[in-house]
Amino acid sequence: MAIAATQAEPATEALLYKGNEALGEAAVRAGCRFFFGYPITPQSELPAYMARRLPEVGGVYLQAESEVAAINMVLGASAAGVRVMTSSSGPGFSLKQEGISYLVGCELPAVLVNIMRGGPGLGNILPSQADYFQATKGGGHGDYRLIVLAPAGVQELADLTGLAFDLADVYRNPVIVLGDGLLGQMMEPVRFPALRPAPDPPDWALTGARGRPRRLITSIHLAAEALEAHNQRLQAKFARMAERETRWEAVETEGARLVVVAYGTASRIARAAVELAREEGLPVGLLRPITLWPFPAKPLAELAGGDAARFLAVELSAGQMVEDVRLAVAGRAPVEFYGRMGGAVPTPREILEVIRRQLGGDGR
Amino acid sequence: MSVTTKEKVLARRPDSLAPAVTHYCPGCGHGVLHRLVAEVIDELGIAERTVGVASVGCSVFAYDYFDLDFVQVPHGRAPAAATGLKRARPDLVVFTYQGDGDMAAIGTAEIIHAAVRGERFTAVMYNNSIYGMTGGQMSPTTLPGMVTDTTPAGRDPAEIGYPFLVAETLAAQPGAVYVARTRLGDMASIVKTRRALLRAFKAQLDGEGFSMVEVLGSCPVNWGMSPSEANAFVAREMVRHFPLGVFRDGPATPPAVAEADGGGGRGTGGNVSAARGTGAQRPAQEGTGRGDA
Amino acid sequence: MATHEIIIAGFGGQGVLTAGQLLAYAGLAEKKHVSWFPAYGPEQRGGTANCSVVLSDRPVSSPVVSEPTAVVAMNQPSVDRFEPLVRAGGALVVNTSLARRKSPRQDLTVVEVPATEIAGELGNLRVANLVAVGALLAATGAVRPESVLEALKKLLGPGKAALLPLNRKALERGLAIGRRLLAAAET
Repeated sequence: MAIAATQAEPATEALLYKGNEALGEAAVRAGCRFFFGYPITPQSELPAYMARRLPEVGGVYLQAESEVAAINMVLGASAAGVRVMTSSSGPGFSLKQEGISYLVGCELPAVLVNIMRGGPGLGNILPSQADYFQATKGGGHGDYRLIVLAPAGVQELADLTGLAFDLADVYRNPVIVLGDGLLGQMMEPVRFPALRPAPDPPDWALTGARGRPRRLITSIHLAAEALEAHNQRLQAKFARMAERETRWEAVETEGARLVVVAYGTASRIARAAVELAREEGLPVGLLRPITLWPFPAKPLAELAGGDAARFLAVELSAGQMVEDVRLAVAGRAPVEFYGRMGGAVPTPREILEVIRRQLGGDGR
Repeated sequence: MSVTTKEKVLARRPDSLAPAVTHYCPGCGHGVLHRLVAEVIDELGIAERTVGVASVGCSVFAYDYFDLDFVQVPHGRAPAAATGLKRARPDLVVFTYQGDGDMAAIGTAEIIHAAVRGERFTAVMYNNSIYGMTGGQMSPTTLPGMVTDTTPAGRDPAEIGYPFLVAETLAAQPGAVYVARTRLGDMASIVKTRRALLRAFKAQLDGEGFSMVEVLGSCPVNWGMSPSEANAFVAREMVRHFPLGVFRDGPATPPAVAEADGGGGRGTGGNVSAARGTGAQRPAQEGTGRGDA
Repeated sequence: MATHEIIIAGFGGQGVLTAGQLLAYAGLAEKKHVSWFPAYGPEQRGGTANCSVVLSDRPVSSPVVSEPTAVVAMNQPSVDRFEPLVRAGGALVVNTSLARRKSPRQDLTVVEVPATEIAGELGNLRVANLVAVGALLAATGAVRPESVLEALKKLLGPGKAALLPLNRKALERGLAIGRRLLAAAET
């Protein structure tokens, strides 16, 4: 192994970090030593951080010629059995989709970061959540699922990045950390865990067939029976993920008549709106999905079967996650949507107005 | 009465080649090229630390025929995956095995930038001027006038240009340390190809930089020729468009940069002249470049 | 203290993002919940640069400040844009060196300070942001001035420690002017 032993670095006190840089430090502390990327705003601080930081721990940062090349460099490094990451934003993440599908087909772990920006097309560099469908419904070809983690602050960006590496290895499947420009650019205090050493290569990695039969990593299975069997195994794995890895946060949902559903940046604003509504005595709660896939359908269904008479999905999009909310609620209560697009971020008062309208004249 | 049989082994399957029957068509050169790569790996004693990267095309199943660790990657991206593998574990010997469609069309950016960066892996390209696996469409290396499914009237350079010279392009990149074009079809040429592959892998072992061998071969089925006609076509026609030779053999060399004129002040120093002087584009051609048969 | 939601705005190069970070670092040192968010879009070129800083005794909900409790406006466009957003009873610090118009709002604590001119007197125009931060602290008490100085020490690092006295002077000048104006307003 060419990876240098590194000095132990203990857990830190609370430090003020930009989201993109916290994500990078958290990856390094989780044992990630390889990063392949291509510049795009608003995630550029992350590769810049990795370019500085990885050499300090014996790792490699490499700027690829394109996002397409970057994701395939990730594929190669992952096949060699190391913890590896790439990051991008909207247009660049679209370019990575073929490679992501191959990673899943080859059962290779990797952590993929999308710091979303406004689209479609070149759009702009402002915060957006319009890549929800792409992330959660499979942006590439074939039947596949990825765990999609949606942090709502800088500490969570760090925590979920560490978790992403562990989940990727456990399931041998790529994991997406889905942030947006606001999360990437903002600063908040963050505590980092102690630095973990890069793990040894797993027993499926390509290390040269010394003293063992050759290993093959591939996603091609020409016969229908073979490919169907491969798919069934993958689907069983996705079912295990769905069963074990669903994460969410419920804020004052008990007894709430209206439940606001929002993730990431939108959940920060929605939370402020819910606080304002509570100050007015309105029975409002917030359910914040932390995993977008698997989606927390069960807690939503339970709320719909209980006190919640209405749901309000708030997104920085034209309405994508709201479809999963509707599937979860399954017609037991009305599900409304409020969203802004193109980098516009709603104010808490704007959402409060919608909440008031939803709850009717007297707000109850 | 006793019968004594004396056996003398003249040739045997290289250890790095798996005991498998290939799916390649009669007369196809992939099998020969696989064997040459395997022989070179055996000769260098590196099988236990070699990882191959299979591309998309007829050679997608190359991994079935080599007794080596292998990964199969998206179309054109073998050089990127090889970059990731080699960067992650520099102690491995890494090679890509690609066709002309994979390397010269969809994977152009990846192969050129691997050469630019001087990635320490070896790229092997089988150039037969056609997309074989998909049934015979034009590739970037299809010869002028050649009839394919997508050039029914023959490739017209006025419409779609001349064949892409991959070896020459890669040799022009300072990170490349060994770039050669050889061919298959007769024993002398096969021996030369083996020699070139050996040199390419040695360059990787020495950690010098990027190495690549472009091997001209045939596709009798899609060319609509018998295997022997196809071999003759390689020797007679292909080499006219793709000169054989070693296009680069030496240490990775930064390109010569012209001196700033000194009197121009700021802003002129950045103008790099075209002077190179590295020998990068000076092919040491074997034969005349008009067929070396 | 409940929550201070502050916007600092000005031309690019006036150090408004740094000023916001100083407040966030100072708040962190005082064990407050803090967030800092820069307007990072096309706005950062040409027009106004600005950042949102939230300092609170409870977790920060929205890091984007839409109804600030205080605004520091380092130039006229920033006054024009953010003055109407300040909550009633909030504070507005105006750099009168670059913003001449009087604020019409009677429901705000308005501190007018010629920050750029004072920075010039101190010998470095780049500390105008510290003068304004001083005035802001006088008007809001969002964090203690010592915490800002501590944060400054950390931010400058040993390499630029020589700049600390100048920055301290700038902060103190702003603080003094702010306090004097506020005392005068009360009498």
